[in-house]
Amino acid sequence: MATAERAVYAAQPSHPGSRHYGGIWSWVFTVDHKKIGILYGVTAFVFFMMGGLEALLVRSQLAVPNNTVVTGDAYNELFTMHATTMVFLALMPMSVAFFNIVVPLQIGARDVAFPRLNAFSYWVFLCGGLLINSSFIFGGAPDAGWFGYANLTELPYNHVTHGIDFWILGLQVLGVASMAGAFNFLVTIVNMRAPGMSFMRMPLFTWMTLVTSILLMLAFPVITVALIELMFDRFVGTNFFNPTAGADPILWQHFFWLFGHPEVYILILPAMGIVSDVLPTFSRKPLFGYPVVAYSGVAIGFMAWGVWAHHMFSTGLGPVADSVFSITTMLIAVPTGIKIFNWIGTMVGGSLRFSTPMLFAIGFIAMFVIGGLSGVMLASPPADWVENDTYFVVAHIHYVLFGGTMFGLFAGIYYWFPKVTGRMLDEKFGKIHFWLTMIGMNVTFFVQHMVGLDGMPRRIYTYPSGMGWDLPNLISTIGAFILAASVLVFLYNFASSVRWGTIAGNDPWDGRTLEWTIPSPPPEYNFKKIPIVHARDPFWEQKYPSAGGGHAIPAIAGAAHDAEESGEEEHIHIPDPSIYPFFAAVGFALTMAGLLVSSAPLTAGITTGIMIAPGASLPSWLSVVGLLTMLWGIYGWAFEPVSGY
Amino acid sequence: MVLRVRSPKILSPAIIIALATTAVSLTGCAATDPMNALQPLGEVARMEVNLFNLIFAIAVVVFVFVEGLLIYAVVRYRQRPNDGMPHQTHGHTTLEIIWTVIPAAILIALAVPTVTTIASATAIPTGPDVINVKVVGHQWWWEFDYPGLGVVTSDELHIPTGARVELDVESADVIHSFWVPQLGGKVQAIPNQHNHSWIEADQAGTYHGQCYQLCGSSHANMRFIVVAQSKADFDKWVQDQKSVPAKPTDPEALKGYQIFTTNACVGCHTIEGTPAQAKIGPNLTHIGSHLTLAGATLQNNPNDLALWLHDPPGVKPGSIMPNLHLTNDQIQALSAYLESLK
Repeated sequence: MATAERAVYAAQPSHPGSRHYGGIWSWVFTVDHKKIGILYGVTAFVFFMMGGLEALLVRSQLAVPNNTVVTGDAYNELFTMHATTMVFLALMPMSVAFFNIVVPLQIGARDVAFPRLNAFSYWVFLCGGLLINSSFIFGGAPDAGWFGYANLTELPYNHVTHGIDFWILGLQVLGVASMAGAFNFLVTIVNMRAPGMSFMRMPLFTWMTLVTSILLMLAFPVITVALIELMFDRFVGTNFFNPTAGADPILWQHFFWLFGHPEVYILILPAMGIVSDVLPTFSRKPLFGYPVVAYSGVAIGFMAWGVWAHHMFSTGLGPVADSVFSITTMLIAVPTGIKIFNWIGTMVGGSLRFSTPMLFAIGFIAMFVIGGLSGVMLASPPADWVENDTYFVVAHIHYVLFGGTMFGLFAGIYYWFPKVTGRMLDEKFGKIHFWLTMIGMNVTFFVQHMVGLDGMPRRIYTYPSGMGWDLPNLISTIGAFILAASVLVFLYNFASSVRWGTIAGNDPWDGRTLEWTIPSPPPEYNFKKIPIVHARDPFWEQKYPSAGGGHAIPAIAGAAHDAEESGEEEHIHIPDPSIYPFFAAVGFALTMAGLLVSSAPLTAGITTGIMIAPGASLPSWLSVVGLLTMLWGIYGWAFEPVSGY
Repeated sequence: MVLRVRSPKILSPAIIIALATTAVSLTGCAATDPMNALQPLGEVARMEVNLFNLIFAIAVVVFVFVEGLLIYAVVRYRQRPNDGMPHQTHGHTTLEIIWTVIPAAILIALAVPTVTTIASATAIPTGPDVINVKVVGHQWWWEFDYPGLGVVTSDELHIPTGARVELDVESADVIHSFWVPQLGGKVQAIPNQHNHSWIEADQAGTYHGQCYQLCGSSHANMRFIVVAQSKADFDKWVQDQKSVPAKPTDPEALKGYQIFTTNACVGCHTIEGTPAQAKIGPNLTHIGSHLTLAGATLQNNPNDLALWLHDPPGVKPGSIMPNLHLTNDQIQALSAYLESLK
């Protein structure tokens, strides 16, 4: 880490009655949102690279017809893990990294509402990711797709390995992490904004965090219910999704997509928030139509619940349901389009600086327009019947998730890296990274629109020659390797800039929002004095009062109290690190993992093949250990002396 | 306002990408590709592709407009040395209304043909001229039954040209998806559920279809063909399919018959006129007349048949038909027998 950072993150001087830990332990037991954010970000990026490797194997297999790089079963595991990893272990946690690092700084707070819960979320996420990926060593990874349709996931059709069981339990663990985080950010944003910061004065990224948190809270229970039901089917012998017992496997699809569609908005809204903050900074103009952009995000959050069955147009829903969901899906394109026009409106009339964050933000708009348009093409059932379950959909999802979310996240990384580390990422390598990504993305995924319309199905491990699919697949594979190269460039930039990057200072970008008012990296307490906010883009208003920039909107009564109190000498209170969130998290994960271990007595040890003991009357020893650890962790957490300094 | 373009550095790579992407994408769809969905050769596919083309055309217009705006903004407003503080515009209500109403109007306009096409496509044809076929998806082959005509076959769906064919689609195990890209009819095959779809082929020919929903290890190998033929040829085919083959006289084929009827084969397959009446695997009564084998992944010729009989899971991972460790002699005899079942 940079020297400047080391100085700040070094062990704080101990105060009587306070705790501190040195070295690696300061990371394990931290409750500081900035450190937790870094943990999230680094872990998520490691998982991103794993997902990328899985993708490279998938693309290598598909490079030529009748290929034999991997077997069909291995291929099914690879694309299942690629998607599961990218969605749950890379894109979502990377967004959470930004929620963590940036939101408290943007609202003028010293930390999140529940710092220990924050730490707990991270460790649960890490354990969940490890649990799902451990399936590779314990018999085989899940292989029924990231969407795990019943009844392919039921025991009669999926019992050779326990991949599905790892998937079920892993996702439930991850769900807890997501929901805990969502509660935290929701409460933080509602309650801890600096005096004068009404909702309409919040940075757009914070707004999108708010909407995403609500979506997370409401969507995860849906998938949790579905997973519990599937778990009971597989572990205990119930028949929630078993057609032989009279159940309807379509029920799973409804559950999954009722979760799944809000989930994709959970994936895109944070990136849209980042772009909405980056564009104004690099255009030197406020976000065009701020209230409309904020409200359209809220509208998308609402409408996300009404479109799920557009993933099911081929299941025989009937013409009425098909028509209704088609219309709701088309309507959700309206708020999305509004955002795009407002972003362009931000740039028009501005003074555009094409630093790397801006390049990625502009790239986001360009790529998301394509992804959004292919989405509209999917919204009409008769057209969808031509495109569904073909590579056309694969192209669509990657344009919105890679060209959209990932580009937005890269913009955020380049934008906020200086704030976190105190150093700048190298601009030259940044531009190389951007252009390689741009080229790689389009070479990989644009042809997939074509080959999908040429009839190529999804999720096939090979294809015959003579279909006309050979050349597009080869091109797509080449593009995937270009993307791999782009990631290497980024890694090099990241590693070298952390050590040797140019010192950034407080405000390297001439920013508009509060995070740029404090040192880089921020001191542990963030703000020496909690700022009083008078306008949207409060820092810009401070720097350029004559520009008419900061929009002074009257704060609504009750927006943030104690405006007068902030004038006094502040007693800064920082919570102490705590060991209990870590142990509670690990204990919880072990409890869940233990359900996968045979209920053989302790003396038998772990068998080399993890066995399920459905209907076991004794809980497995691993679960017992996990449960005890978790209970101890929670007890300690609850009764930990309130301290801090 | 004059558009000043002075070849900004940002634009040249963008142009290269745009050209490269276009060039690369033109490799996508040859008109002769057998599963090219944009080459509709039947009523259902045509109505779907017509709507697709309409939406695509509008999407292209929107794409050019929006990306054009973006490029304009990037070129026109890039920072120049003498730039002062740009005017801190906060928004423009009229513009907001315009770019809310116009997209909404376009979408509502698209909703109308959408709903009418849904109605047409889901109006399952009935009546005496309609051919009714029961489609059952199995891991990893397609069963086609013609209840009105007394025909049971697999992986090769014969239909008369110009006739509307009603499909009652179901699954025997997990969820599959039935689709013939050039004829239409995409619908999921779900256990315990009867999904209805229909297709029609304008011209005689062989059309390719496949399973489009992940269904396990050999999802990629679950293909089928549709043979559209004149009514006369179709009627003849039906008659041939209903006929019961006689016990073979050719010595090699007879040997194959004996191997077949005294081994595990009878546990899964049906061949009418023999003791083999099981319904787990495909009905092989007229397998000799098929164009393809093994879920349309192999050609129906002695080589490919031998390949299959030698090691079914080797051809189709996860195949429920096991490797029976047949000798070459046995394979040869079986091959002669099966090929005789025309």
